Amino acid sequence: MDASMLSQQILNGITLGATYALIALGYTMVYGIIQLINFAHGEIYMVGAFVGVLMVTVFQQGLLFSLAAAMLACMVMGVTIERIAYRPLRRSTRLAPLISAIGVSIFLQTLMTKIKGPQPVAFPQVINDALYKIGPVEISKVQILILIVASLLMATLHFIVKYVKIGKAMRAASEDYDTAALMGINVNRVISFTFAIGSALAAAGGVLVGLYFNSVSPFMGVSAGLKAFCAAVLGGIGSIPGAMLGGIFLGVAETLGIAGGFDMYKDAIAFTLLIIVLLFRPTGLLGRPIQRKV
Amino acid sequence: MDSFFSMFLNDYYIQVLTMLGIYLIGALGLNLITGVTGQLSFGHAAFLSIGAYTSAILSIKLQMPFALAILAGGLMAGLWGVLLGYPTLRLTGDYLGIATLGFGEIVRVVFLNMTITGGALGLAGIPRSATLTVVLFIVILTVWAMVRLENSRFGRSLVAIREDEIAAEAMGVNITTTKITAFAIGTFLAGISGGLYAHLIQYLNPSDFGFIKSFEFLTFIVLGGLGSIPGVILGTSVLTLAPEFLRFIADYRMMVYGLLMVFMMIVRPRGLLGGVQLSRIFSKKKAQQTGTSASGGAN
Repeated sequence: MDASMLSQQILNGITLGATYALIALGYTMVYGIIQLINFAHGEIYMVGAFVGVLMVTVFQQGLLFSLAAAMLACMVMGVTIERIAYRPLRRSTRLAPLISAIGVSIFLQTLMTKIKGPQPVAFPQVINDALYKIGPVEISKVQILILIVASLLMATLHFIVKYVKIGKAMRAASEDYDTAALMGINVNRVISFTFAIGSALAAAGGVLVGLYFNSVSPFMGVSAGLKAFCAAVLGGIGSIPGAMLGGIFLGVAETLGIAGGFDMYKDAIAFTLLIIVLLFRPTGLLGRPIQRKV
Repeated sequence: MDSFFSMFLNDYYIQVLTMLGIYLIGALGLNLITGVTGQLSFGHAAFLSIGAYTSAILSIKLQMPFALAILAGGLMAGLWGVLLGYPTLRLTGDYLGIATLGFGEIVRVVFLNMTITGGALGLAGIPRSATLTVVLFIVILTVWAMVRLENSRFGRSLVAIREDEIAAEAMGVNITTTKITAFAIGTFLAGISGGLYAHLIQYLNPSDFGFIKSFEFLTFIVLGGLGSIPGVILGTSVLTLAPEFLRFIADYRMMVYGLLMVFMMIVRPRGLLGGVQLSRIFSKKKAQQTGTSASGGAN
C-alpha cells in the first residue's frame, strides 16, 4: 500500500468514523447520565435514515431540509421512548431498563420491516458524484458533506454542553445524578433533553450513511448501533470527546483493515480492538478510572 | 419414553417442548453467571455456538457417540469461558458485559469464515439425536445441580460476590477463582445447550447465534427474576412459548413480543418471580412463624 492509497483509506476511514461518532455520542451521553446502554439507539438511527428517504422521495424536499426533518422526528421519538420505556424503570435494577431497551429495539425493527419491507431501499442520490482531487487523495461531494455536517453538529454539541445552561445541567447530572437533583436541577428535563440531542445526532448519522452507501434497510441499525457503541466504549463511555475520538479511530481502523485484506473479518475488527483496549485501559481511551468505595 | 410422550403430544408440541428444555439449560447457565454471581454477560450465544459446532462436527466427521459429542461441546465452551473469563473478569459491571458482547461477535464472524463450519452456508446433516426424553433428563439434572450448588459453600460465596465484592474478598472468598469457576460452569451449560440444539435442529448457521440470541437469554432470566431458579424456568417458558402462541397474529408477532418485553419490565421490574428461591418456598411456613421474610433481599 503506497502513501497516496494509505492517505485515501485514512480519509475514507475518517468519513465512516464521523458517522460512527454521531451515533456514539447518543450512547455516551445517555450512559453518562443514567448508566443505561440504550440498545434502541441503533434503531433510532435506522428510523432517521428512513425519514430522510421519505422526505426526499415523497415530499420532494432538499437534502438539508430532509436532514433537519429526520433529526426533529427522531428527537420526538427518542424523548417518547424514554418517557414510556425507561423512565418508569429509573429506580429499579440495572438490567430492567436494558431489557426494556431491547424490547423497544425489536419493536421498532419489526415495525419498520412491516411498513417498508425487509429489502433495502435506495437513497435517492440528490448530490452528484463529482470527485475533487486534493493532493494525493480524491474526495467526493458526499464525503465533504458528511465531514462538514458532522463537524458542525459536534461543534454545536460542544457549545451546548460547555456554555448553555441545559448543557451545564447535563454535565452536573452526569457527574452526580442525586446531587444535581438536590441542587434544583430538573433531572427529568435534562434526561429528556439528552435523549432528544442524542437521537437527533443519530438521525443525522442515518441520513448521511444512507446517502453515502446509497442504501437504507430496517436492519441497518443493528450492526451500526453495535459498532457505534463500541466506539463509545473505546473512547471511554460517558465522555463526549471520547465518543468522537472512538468513532474516528474505529472508522479508520476498519477501513485500513479492509484495505489490508481482512475484509472477511470486517465486523470483527471493531470488537477485537474493543477487547484489546478494555484489557489495557478498562475504562476506554479517555474514560476516567472507576473508583471502588467500601 | 419418547413413545410415551408421542401418545399425548403431537410432533409440533414435542418440538416446542424440547426446544424449551434446551433453552432452559442455557438459561440456567447464564443465571449462574449473571443472576447468582452478578457478572453481566452479553455473549452467551457465542458459547452456545461453540458447543453446537464442536459437538456437530464431532458427530458428523468422527461419528462420535451422541453423549460424548454433547459433553465435548460443553467442555469446549467451558474452556473458552475460562480463556475469556481469565483476562476479562477483572473488568467491572457493564465493561465485562461489553467485552463479552465483543467476544460473541468475534466468534460469530470466525465461524462465518471457517471452512469446517461450512461458513455462511451453514452446517447441515447433523443427526437428530436430542429427543425430549434426553433433554428432559438433562434439564432435571441441571436444575438439581443448580439447587445443590446454590446452597453450597461455593454458591454462597457467589452470592457474596454479587452483593458486595469487596466485603466478600475481606471474608476470604477468592474472587478471581470463584468468578472463573462460575463462568466455566455457566458456559459449560451453554455448550451443552448448544450441542443439544444442533442435534435437534440438525442445521447450524452462525447468524443464528448473534447478539440477539444472547439478549434473548438475558431476557429469559431477567423476566423470570434474576438469581431465582423457578424464575428462570418461568421466564424461559413464557418467552419461548409466547412466540408460538402469538403465531395467530403472524406478521405482528415480533412487534407484540417487543412490546410485551417493555410492558412486563414496567409492571414487574424485578422479574415475575424476583427474589423467590425454590428452597425458600418450602420453608416459607417456618419463616413466617418466626416472623422473618421469606423472599430474600436479592436484587
